[in-house]
Amino acid sequence: PEHLKEPLVYMRKAQGSWEKRILKSLNSMCTELSIPLARKRPVGEQKELLNKWNEMGTDEPDLSLFRPVYAPKDFLEVLINLRNPNYENGDSLSFRTHLGLIQVPLKVKDIPELKEFFVELGLTTGQLGIDDSTQVPPELFENEHVRIGQKVLAEQDSAAAQQYIRQGSPTALRAELWALILNISSQPEELLYYEQLKTNVIQHDLLVDSLIYKDVKLTASNDDYYFVFEDYLYQVLLCFSRDTSVLGHFAYNSASPPKSYIRGKLGLEEYAVFYPPNGVIPFHGFSMYVAPLCFLYHEPSKLYQIFREMYVRFFFRLHSISSHPSGIVSLCLLFETLLQTYLPQLFYHLREIGAQPLRISFKWMVRAFSGYLATDQLLLLWDRILGYNSLEILAVLAAAVFAFRAVNLMEVTSLAAAEAVLADLSTLKVMPLLQIFLFATVT
Amino acid sequence: MSRPKNQNYKGHGLSKGKEREQRASIRFKTTLMNTLMDVLRHRPGWVEVKDEGEWDFYWCDVSWLRENFDHTYMDEHVRISHFRNHYELTRKNYMVKNLKRFRKQLEREAGKLEAAKCDFFPKTFEMPCEYHLFVEEFRKNPGITWIMKPVARSQGKGIFLFRRLKDIMDWRKGTAGKKLTSLEAPPARSTVNPSGSHDARSSDDQKDEIPVENYVAQRYIENPYLIGGRKFDLRVYVLVMSYIPLRAWLYRDGFARFSNTRFTLSSIDDQYVHLTNVAVQKTSPDYHPKKGCKWMLQRFRQYLASKHGPEAVETLFSDMDNIFVKSLQSVQKVIISDKHCFELYGYDILIDQTLKPWLLEVNASPSLTASSQEDYELKTCLLEDTLHVVDMEARLTGREKRVGGFDLMWNDGPVSREEGPPDLSGMGNFVANTHLVGCFLNLKRPWIGTPGWLSWLSSCLRLRS
Repeated sequence: PEHLKEPLVYMRKAQGSWEKRILKSLNSMCTELSIPLARKRPVGEQKELLNKWNEMGTDEPDLSLFRPVYAPKDFLEVLINLRNPNYENGDSLSFRTHLGLIQVPLKVKDIPELKEFFVELGLTTGQLGIDDSTQVPPELFENEHVRIGQKVLAEQDSAAAQQYIRQGSPTALRAELWALILNISSQPEELLYYEQLKTNVIQHDLLVDSLIYKDVKLTASNDDYYFVFEDYLYQVLLCFSRDTSVLGHFAYNSASPPKSYIRGKLGLEEYAVFYPPNGVIPFHGFSMYVAPLCFLYHEPSKLYQIFREMYVRFFFRLHSISSHPSGIVSLCLLFETLLQTYLPQLFYHLREIGAQPLRISFKWMVRAFSGYLATDQLLLLWDRILGYNSLEILAVLAAAVFAFRAVNLMEVTSLAAAEAVLADLSTLKVMPLLQIFLFATVT
Repeated sequence: MSRPKNQNYKGHGLSKGKEREQRASIRFKTTLMNTLMDVLRHRPGWVEVKDEGEWDFYWCDVSWLRENFDHTYMDEHVRISHFRNHYELTRKNYMVKNLKRFRKQLEREAGKLEAAKCDFFPKTFEMPCEYHLFVEEFRKNPGITWIMKPVARSQGKGIFLFRRLKDIMDWRKGTAGKKLTSLEAPPARSTVNPSGSHDARSSDDQKDEIPVENYVAQRYIENPYLIGGRKFDLRVYVLVMSYIPLRAWLYRDGFARFSNTRFTLSSIDDQYVHLTNVAVQKTSPDYHPKKGCKWMLQRFRQYLASKHGPEAVETLFSDMDNIFVKSLQSVQKVIISDKHCFELYGYDILIDQTLKPWLLEVNASPSLTASSQEDYELKTCLLEDTLHVVDMEARLTGREKRVGGFDLMWNDGPVSREEGPPDLSGMGNFVANTHLVGCFLNLKRPWIGTPGWLSWLSSCLRLRS
C-alpha cells in the first residue's frame, strides 16, 4: 500500500523519478563498461576471494572507470526542486516567506517544541559529553549514571535502555546498549545467515561491488581514523548488498527497490529481480555509515547486524524523498527554519553572498555527521538518535554549528570562504553545542 | 655562551649560587629543517645563529655531539639537546645490558616480584658475542620467531625475521659474514668500563680494524595486539632533564603507528608487515601518504576503552609508566648527567594481545618531521612544551608538576597527582601524575607551506618515483 510508504503523492512521484534517474545512470555505466550487473565467479576466483576475505583492502582493482552513481549534492538539487502542486505560494514576498532552498510546506518543530521533545538534554539534567569532563567530579553524575547503565543491561530492558541513552552512554557500555536497543541478539541463526551472505559474495560478483570498493577507497580509506577498518567495511557492505531481508524495509520507505529483468524478458514480472538484491544502491559516502560502528563491534556478523538495523531504522531516511519528520526533506527544512527564525541576520547575510547554508550543511546531515565529527563526539550524537528514535537532532546540531561560528561567518564574503569556516568540525563538542542552542540561547 | 675550549675569552660565567637571570634574547642553533625550526623561529626573543656564532641553546644531532661535546665549553645557562652518552639507553645492545644489570640489582635489593617489573623487554642476545647463549635459548623454544636488528641503525633498516638457525648462517655468509672473521671473535670495539658504561667508538678507532656491525637477536612478539587486522606500535615522548637526580616528564600525547598490510605470521619475508616504522611503511607499495597510518593516542585509548573497559586501559598505561621509569633508572648511574643536557626520547612500545606493553626501543632523536597537519600540531606542541620545560627564559618556579602537555613523571621519586577517584567513562585519569590522553590544543598555524611540509612532500615524491 503506497500510502504507508509515503502519504503525499507529489513526494512519491518525485522519489519515483529520482529512482529512474539513478537506475538509468547505473545501466549506462553498465553498458559503457560492458560489465554485467551480476556474474558467477569462476571457481579459481572464488577460492582466491575466500583466502583474501580478511584483507580485501589489499586488492587494488582498477576502479578508474567507475564513478559513484550519485553524490549528495546531486540529491540536494532534486530536493531543491520539489514543489507541492497544490500549494499556492503567491508571488508576493512577506515576512513569512521561507528564504531557504527547500520550498515545500512540511511541518517542522520550532524551538519550544524541540525543547519539549529533547527535554533530557536540558541544562539541569546530567549528560555524558558534558558532565563527564575531567573538571567535573564523577560523584556528581557520572558514577551514578554508569551504575544505572549496568543495571539496565543486567535486566536486558530495551525500552529502559532507550530512555537511559538519551543522556549518553558510557564508553564501556555502549556496544551492548546499542545492541539492546536495536534488538540484536547473538543467536546462532544470525551467524549462519551472515555466513550464507558471505558465501553469496564469494560465488557471485555484482557490479555494485565495484561501486562499494570505490566508495570505500575514496572515503573511509582516506580518513585518518577509519582507514584501519577498511577490511571490515567490505565484509559488511558486500554482504549487505546481497541481503534480501533488507527488502522488508521498503514497506515503510518511500523508495522502491530497482527492478531488473532477466535478459530478453523485459516487462515480464516472473522474470523480475531486484537489483541489487537488497534494493539499495550505494552513493558516494555510503560506507561512512558503517565506519564508526567498527569502533564498537569487532565480530563481523555482529557488526553486520548492527549496521543493517541502523540502516533500516534510520539511515535510509537520509537519502529518500519523503514527508516523514525524520526524512531528509524535513531535516533540511527544519535546519533552514531554525536558522532563519533564530539567526535571521546570519541567514540573510549568507544568502546574500550566495552561500545558502543548506548547501554547506546538507552533506553533514546526509552522512549523519560521520567523518565530520571526532568519533567520540559522533557516538555521543548517535546515542541520542537511538534514544529519541529520531534524526531531527542532526538538523538541530547543524544549526547549532552555524550559531557557534556565526561571528566568523558574518565576516565572509563568498561561498568558498563560508565553506572554509565550516570545513573542520573535528574539534567540536556536540552536547554543549546542542544544549546552548536549545536551552541557553535567548529566542 | 659557548665557545671552543682553550680560547681566550672575556666575560663572566654565572657562578652556581646566583639566580638565573632573564636574558634579553636567546641565541639558538640547529641543523634540523623541520617542525623544530618553525617552533624555534616563532619563539619570542629567540634568535637564530648560524655557522660559528655563539649560542645559548643548541638542538644538535648526535654526530656533532660525539665529535664536539668534549671540547666545547658551555656557560651555566647553556642548554644542549642530548646527553653525552645517551646511547647507553638508545643502542639496543647497551640498553639490554644495562637493564639486565639493573634487574639483577633489583632482585638482590627488593626481591623477585620487584625485579619482574623489568620484564618488559623481549629476550635479547647480542651478536656475535652472545651467540652460544642465543643458540641455547633458541633450542629451548623450537619454532618461535626471532628478529635480528642492527644495533645502531634506525628507520627499520637492516632488520629481518627468522625461525631457523640456517637463516642466520645464510645471513653470516651474506653481508655480515664478509666482515666477521668468525662468530667466536671477540666483541666489537666497545670497552666496558668498571661502572658498566661503554665507550663509543670514535671514527678514528675504526680505521684500523674490520668494521663490524653489531646485531641483536630478539624474541619476536608473535601475538601483537591488532586493530583492523593490522599491527601497530605506540610512540610516546619522555623528556629527561637530568639523570642525577632523575627528573623525567611524560608527554600527554603520542600516536599509534600502523603497518599498512595485514598481520600474519606466514609472511615473514614481508618486512612491510612486521615493521611499523613510518619510514619503512613509506616504501611499501601500498603506502599512500594521504592515508597517514597514524592514530593519535586519544583515539587509541577510546578504542581500547570501548573494547576492554576503562580499568584495563588504566592498567595498560600504568604498566607503560613503569617501563619509562625503570628504563631510565637502569641507566641512571652510567649516563653522564651534565647539567647542560636534556633529552627528548621517543619510546616505541608494542602491545600484545594480553594488553601487556613491551619496550621495543628508545630513540634519542625521534623524528620531528610532520607527516600531516595533525602530526604537525602534535610535534609543534611537543616542542614548544619541551622548550617551556627547559625554561631558558627562567620563568618556572621549579615546583611545577605539569608544564603544557608534560606531566612530571619522576622527580627523584614518584610524583603523585592531587587525589581523585578513577574515571570510569574511559577518558582516563591516573593516580600517578601522568595523563596519556590527548591535549586539545588547537593550533591556528597551518602546516602546509612550511619548510617542514616541503621537506616531507619531497621525501614522499622521491620515494614514490
